[in-house]
Amino acid sequence: MRKLLLPALLAGAILRTAHAADLNLSVEIPRLDVAEYHRPYVAIWIENPDQSVATDLAVWYDVAKKNNEGTEWLKDMRQWWRRSGRNQQFPVDGVSGATKPAGRHALAFQSSAKPLSALKPGKYAVVIEAAREVGGRELLRIPFEWPPQKAETLGAQGEHELGAIALDLKP
Amino acid sequence: MKSALKLAAALALALPFASQAHDTWMVPSSTVLSGVDSWITVDAAVGNDKFYFNHAPLRLDGLAVTAPDGSAAEAENVNRGKLRSTFDLQLKQSGTYRVAVVNEGVFARWKEDGKPKRYFGKPEGLEKALPAKADDLEVSQSAGRVETFVTAGKPTPVKPVGRGLELAPVTHPNDLYAGEEATFQFLLDGQPAADLGVTVVPGGSRYRDKIGEIELKTDKNGKFSVKWPQPGLYWVEARAEDAKVSVPKATKRRLSYSGTLEVLQP
Repeated sequence: MRKLLLPALLAGAILRTAHAADLNLSVEIPRLDVAEYHRPYVAIWIENPDQSVATDLAVWYDVAKKNNEGTEWLKDMRQWWRRSGRNQQFPVDGVSGATKPAGRHALAFQSSAKPLSALKPGKYAVVIEAAREVGGRELLRIPFEWPPQKAETLGAQGEHELGAIALDLKP
Repeated sequence: MKSALKLAAALALALPFASQAHDTWMVPSSTVLSGVDSWITVDAAVGNDKFYFNHAPLRLDGLAVTAPDGSAAEAENVNRGKLRSTFDLQLKQSGTYRVAVVNEGVFARWKEDGKPKRYFGKPEGLEKALPAKADDLEVSQSAGRVETFVTAGKPTPVKPVGRGLELAPVTHPNDLYAGEEATFQFLLDGQPAADLGVTVVPGGSRYRDKIGEIELKTDKNGKFSVKWPQPGLYWVEARAEDAKVSVPKATKRRLSYSGTLEVLQP
């Protein structure tokens, strides 16, 4: 019986990881009626249950500034800076990107490719943190399970620095 | 009278524990930085109200900045104002800087022809100040450390100095968050300082009714833990006294430590 069980479990595990899954994110940066507006710095990452970082998904900041000067304000995304940013050299390939204008921004990730290919099955949260010059800071968290068992859309709603966030999971 | 006042003022500036009334502290403009070659500016002062400049500047003669690689870093634009001293520091390396003002001196009092006399200053100057016949001579040695920590990028380990009274991190001093517990160890000449009284005072007393100090004691390993009630600057202080003197004729050694720590909002 045991002999049978082990290969069956292994096969199950292989099946699960080999099965393609999608993680799609829609991140809204709200249009703000303020005298002085700067696009926010935004960090998006996947968090383990103990709040450590499983993987960064994106960091939007002033990447084009000379001498890497845009990194000066990365620490204002203070949760991300503590958990992930301060351990890295900037820019980070595949993660760093320019700041984005107001509107909805789509991000798509597949289980077959980095960084999700290294994500073990388990409980996680997508975390989105935004910090804006002469503005505020906001952090949103959407818990999810990986890999997804069924197609579902999870969401969170920001109040001042972030708008609607939608997390689409497809097994 | 005037010279006595001046002496008292000089004592208050350089020897914090000689005047029980006043404390010493530094205030860094930032403690957690991203980016490269960032600058910070630091204020240093003497006074009762933590982080309000309302009494006197801290003398910076003993300023010693240690870079993450252990080398000495140079402070720039060192200035002494009426109510605070200031200096700038460029963080050219990634990691944790120790910013300290270390004062070592002696305090002596005696009677000369029946009149009370005293000396405060560098140990080297004591022999010269003493007359051939000094009655009722009392000499004490002092070692004080006023410090703070600043990190650019990833925090790096803070190595103990091994001399005098110092705070050795268990929790990194630039990784402190409100609602979380942090642990530190007090060392005396590099050895755990057991059963030592520690006072932790949050800044911002002007905007509340109570000072809100937290009184703690180190355990047998010299360690103590504190759960930060709110984000902000905190002043951590401890004093000790022993007879481990290195100055001739000294009978007592007085040690003091005061550190400024920034606790962030998680």
